[in-house]
Amino acid sequence: MLEAQLEPYSRLRENLAARDRSLREKVMSLEEAAGLVQDGMKVGIGGSTMSRTPMALIWEIIRQRRQNLSCSRCIVSTDGDLLFGSGVSDHIITSWFAQGILWGLSKVMRHHVETQGRRYEEWSHMGVGMRFRAGGMGVPFLPMRAMLGSDVMRQRPEAKPIDCPFTGERLLLVPALNPDVALIHVQRCDAYGNAQIDGLQFMDIDLALAANKVILTTERIVSNDQIRRHPDQTKIAFLCVDAVVEVPYGAAPHECFGIYEPMLKHMDAYVKQVNADPVKGMQEYLEKYFYGPKNWNEYLELIGLEELLEASQRGRSIYND
Amino acid sequence: MTEARNYTASEILAILASRQLKDGQVVFAGVGTPLLAATLAQQLRCPGLTILFEGGVVGAFVEAGKLPPSTNDQRCTKRANMVLGSADVLLLLQRGYVDIGFMGGAQIDQFGNLNSSFIGDPAAPKTRLPGTGGGNDISSLTNMIVAMKHEKRRFVEKVDFITSPGFIRGGNSRRESGLPAGGMFRVITELAIFGFDETTRRMRVLALNPGVSREEVQDNTGFELEFDENLHLTEPPTTRELQILRQLDPERLFTA
Repeated sequence: MLEAQLEPYSRLRENLAARDRSLREKVMSLEEAAGLVQDGMKVGIGGSTMSRTPMALIWEIIRQRRQNLSCSRCIVSTDGDLLFGSGVSDHIITSWFAQGILWGLSKVMRHHVETQGRRYEEWSHMGVGMRFRAGGMGVPFLPMRAMLGSDVMRQRPEAKPIDCPFTGERLLLVPALNPDVALIHVQRCDAYGNAQIDGLQFMDIDLALAANKVILTTERIVSNDQIRRHPDQTKIAFLCVDAVVEVPYGAAPHECFGIYEPMLKHMDAYVKQVNADPVKGMQEYLEKYFYGPKNWNEYLELIGLEELLEASQRGRSIYND
Repeated sequence: MTEARNYTASEILAILASRQLKDGQVVFAGVGTPLLAATLAQQLRCPGLTILFEGGVVGAFVEAGKLPPSTNDQRCTKRANMVLGSADVLLLLQRGYVDIGFMGGAQIDQFGNLNSSFIGDPAAPKTRLPGTGGGNDISSLTNMIVAMKHEKRRFVEKVDFITSPGFIRGGNSRRESGLPAGGMFRVITELAIFGFDETTRRMRVLALNPGVSREEVQDNTGFELEFDENLHLTEPPTTRELQILRQLDPERLFTA
């Protein structure tokens, strides 16, 4: 099924030409930012597994009851569960889909894929990376040497094996992935969207360049002067960014490098509940933690101060020695 | 004859796997047994072993008692030499910088192909498994050590789905599929150590673990095994190996 995955180059250029790329303030509320994501869009998600997941944006998108989102992320954790379980997404492109190595298989993913017709489209980890990179480079594909000979490739007619025109070797061409919108969580950025990322950057730089729109959530907004003092630390430039939202603990219950580690008590309880009953357990979780709270701070209150402080202590300890 | 053992199945897996590594190697490791084995080797015999993680880490030193919950968590970066984007660390495999890829497995066949995607027909799967992650990239591009539990349903003649390629259909089929480099090197289980025939590329038993018979290995395997002509008995875990391993994982997250 080749559902127009590839955006014509002319449209990519037109989209970019129409974006205001000037150095201007882009700060808005979580509600406004999530409103930029519309039904049916292709949504690229930053971070990986339990790290720098843009959870606050996903949380608000679920609260706004979007539909038919086609999501892509290098590796998904409980965010994938929540996107399927809430009904906002029916298609997830990724390389690995479970809650985390510690917990085995995700019953939520299994339920939705095995019995509900939702699609988990599997690519190798590097395959996802080359697709975002091609998207960011403005070319329709990139060649790679993995996936060949496997059933992962056989399941993906969108990928084309070729004989290299220079050497005659077998190579695999993977198509560019240009999401309509990218959701990325960072440690700090300024009001213009100059984002500095500490620790692992995953595929976020390619993702930001590939997407037609970028929403940043950030642990804190710093001044443009601070950014200019260390421009070498800026990983995503303001000219890629369309919206900035300050959301402390915006990846909770996942981690944000140097600030907090995963909130494992919450994660354990979540996994137990949803794997025991992927429908009712998920519905109750969403009611309590997603639909119920008035705002993000109330969600954090439900996770609990003690858990947040413990996660913060572990998170900051990376700088202790 | 079974003797009283002072170690668990997961412990002997990690210890035997660690013995396969050599100082100076660059190893791409998954979380769990592979990481424990690589760290054990690093601490015991191979101070110059470099560990890479697919989250983007080059040259990590994992702290005892602070094992990372995945290869994408901040704990993986502790005392690392560099952090890269995850596509870029995977590209090191493609360029050829990596000696050994090291991971666990859910289902393996006689040619060392691994399945972590589907049990049953992929079009209507009985069980949808988590998928490849970096497994396909690692096994496509370097020499593999796989550490896994030995059960008949996991050691099958033909996997339901090739997620991470071994020698595909044996013979030259891996090369002919466009994978000229790497391939299965060793499979380690709680029963035995396996290699692959140079020509047929079928799995063969190289060594039996302490107290394990040929029959026991064959009875737990879903295809007919060949036994190497120099088949030998593996030395049991030493006190020192067990001691360091238990320090690394005091909560027994991965060695229970």
